[in-house]
Amino acid sequence: MAENPQVPAQATRPLSPHLTIYRWPVTMMTSITHRATGMALTVGALILAWWLVAISNGLDGGYQTFMALAASPLGMLVLFGVTWSLAYHFFNGLRHLAWDLGYGFDKKIAERNSVIIFALSFLTALIIFAIVWTGHGGYLQ
Amino acid sequence: MKSLQTPLHRVKGLGSSHSGTGHFWRERITAVALAPLSLWFGYVAIGLSGTTTSAPLQFFAQPVNAILMASFVIISLYHAALGVQVVIDDYIHSAGMKIFLFLTVRLFVLATGSACLIALLRISVF
Repeated sequence: MAENPQVPAQATRPLSPHLTIYRWPVTMMTSITHRATGMALTVGALILAWWLVAISNGLDGGYQTFMALAASPLGMLVLFGVTWSLAYHFFNGLRHLAWDLGYGFDKKIAERNSVIIFALSFLTALIIFAIVWTGHGGYLQ
Repeated sequence: MKSLQTPLHRVKGLGSSHSGTGHFWRERITAVALAPLSLWFGYVAIGLSGTTTSAPLQFFAQPVNAILMASFVIISLYHAALGVQVVIDDYIHSAGMKIFLFLTVRLFVLATGSACLIALLRISVF
């Protein structure tokens, strides 16, 4: 009889499969990405506040600084991230509402929609940046 | 076996989570409201990109635009606080840290929302 029979028993005990063992299905990716984009958008609200405060300061009240920073490489990277996050959270949020109504739970459909949502959100962010870069934004002046 | 719940607990319908479906429901209601507001926000953000100060000043001086932006700010930050609360609930297991983070999130959305609303008031009223 072993001196401490618990040690080998513990070492060989079968573990319940968890995150590190599963091959990630695309639906797991969409689930965690929904959270990540939600957190990013929460922090991104600071940019919205900064933008509105800069506007409210009127002429030469920091709005030009904001716009210059937004047009810098780092600014554009951050804004692209926020734009994609909003697009993703929007499309996947609509899917969550559909799920709440009981639609779209079929495994094949859920996986297909996950791929569509990733593609659609990137496409939306790219189209928005293309509109702004080619000077087709700024139509509200 | 007779239930161990007190009559008050039974009538309130609350379990160990100390809350019912209110949180879930508010998250959904705000999500439904945010769907059209987000489309409007995207339209505005692109429409005001690359403009000088006078364009957004004139745009938000219109009451309907100021009210829509205020709605977007309030509802999205409320939705954000509800969402972040779920993330904290899932990953933080110490009660003290949980309360600290809940308060931090609420202070954050209150401060950010106040800044946005005061800015909108300054533009549209003063």
